[in-house]
Amino acid sequence: MKKEIFMCKKKIHPLFWISLIAGILFMILGIWREEVMVLYQKAIYICMECIGLG
Amino acid sequence: MVKFFRNSFQKLRLAVQLIFTALTNGYIVGFLQGKIYQGPSKKICLPGLNCYSCPGSLGACPIGSLQAVLGSPKFNMSFYVVGFFLFVGALLGRVVCGFLCPFGLVQDLIYKIPFFKKRKNMPGHKILVWLKYVMLVVMVIILPMFAVSAYGISDPWFCKYICPSGTLFGGVPLIAANEGLQQVLGGLFIWKATVLVGILLWSLWIYRPFCKYLCPLGAIYGWFNPIALSKFQIEKDACIDCKKCKNVCPMDIPVYAKPNSAECIRCGKCIQSCPTECIQVSLLSGKKKVSAESEKTIL
Repeated sequence: MKKEIFMCKKKIHPLFWISLIAGILFMILGIWREEVMVLYQKAIYICMECIGLG
Repeated sequence: MVKFFRNSFQKLRLAVQLIFTALTNGYIVGFLQGKIYQGPSKKICLPGLNCYSCPGSLGACPIGSLQAVLGSPKFNMSFYVVGFFLFVGALLGRVVCGFLCPFGLVQDLIYKIPFFKKRKNMPGHKILVWLKYVMLVVMVIILPMFAVSAYGISDPWFCKYICPSGTLFGGVPLIAANEGLQQVLGGLFIWKATVLVGILLWSLWIYRPFCKYLCPLGAIYGWFNPIALSKFQIEKDACIDCKKCKNVCPMDIPVYAKPNSAECIRCGKCIQSCPTECIQVSLLSGKKKVSAESEKTIL
C-alpha cells in the first residue's frame, strides 16, 4: 500500500540574503557617517511640523 | 494545536498588534506631562509608521527619519534608514503592516465598527494603489531633498502635510497635555486634523484605505514581499481553484495567483480559509505530497 509522505520544502529567495547583508552593511555605514545623530536630534525634540504646528 | 492556531490566528494577530504598539509607545510619563522621550533608544527606527513625536514613542519613525536625513544640509542619502528598510523588508516584508504598525491597527479597529455598505476597495482601485508610490517619491524623497531653505534645511513634507499617524499619536495627546502648544494652534493643524478625520472616516467604509493608497512605508515594504522570509507559496497540486482566498482577503488579492503581491499585508486570512491548506508560509513549511514505499518521513 502506497503511503503519502510530506516533504518540507523551504524556499529562501537569493535576494533575501543580498537584502539582509546589504541592509546590515548600510546601517553600519550610516552609523559611521553619523547619520544617526541627525536622526536622534530630530527624534528627541517635539517635531512641530509632524504634530501640525508648523 | 494547529487547528486551534488556525481558528484563533486573527485574535493572535490583534494581540501582537496591541502588545507591540503598547511596548514601543510605553513612555507613559510623556502622555501625562505632554513631553516626549529623549533616551538613547530614539536612535533606533521602529518598523511601522510610529511618529517620534508621539509622547509615548520609544523609537524613531523610519519615514520621518528618512526625511530628516535627506532634508539636512549634511547628507543627501540616508544609508542608515535605507539599510533599515533592506534589513526589515528582507525579514518581514509587509508583515510589518499586518502586525506591527500602530496606524494599521487603528484602521483595523475602525473597520470593525458597523457601517452600511462596507467595501474592500475604492472604485479605481487598480490606479489608486500607485498613489502611495507617488507619495513616497514626491513627499518623502524629492521634496525633502530639493525643496530646501537658504540654510539648506528642508521640511519633512510627508510628516508636515499628510501623515495622520503623527497627528493622531503625536499632535492630539501633546496638544491636549501641553498648554504652551495649545497657544500656537493654526491653519496647519486644522489641515492635518481634517486629513486625519477624513482617513478615519474613510476607514469606516473601506478596509485600510491609508495602507492601500497613501502609505509610503507600505509602498517600500511591499517590494520585499516576494523575497522576504514571510513569503507565501501555493502548492499548485493541492489548489482546487475555489477562490476562497480572494473572497476573504481584505486587500482583495487573488492569492491563488499572486501570493506575494505588494498589496498583501500578511494578515493570514487566506491561510485560515483555504480548505486544502495549499497556501504556505515559505520558511515555516512548504509541504510536498509525494508517494513512496518507504515509511521514513523526510523533514
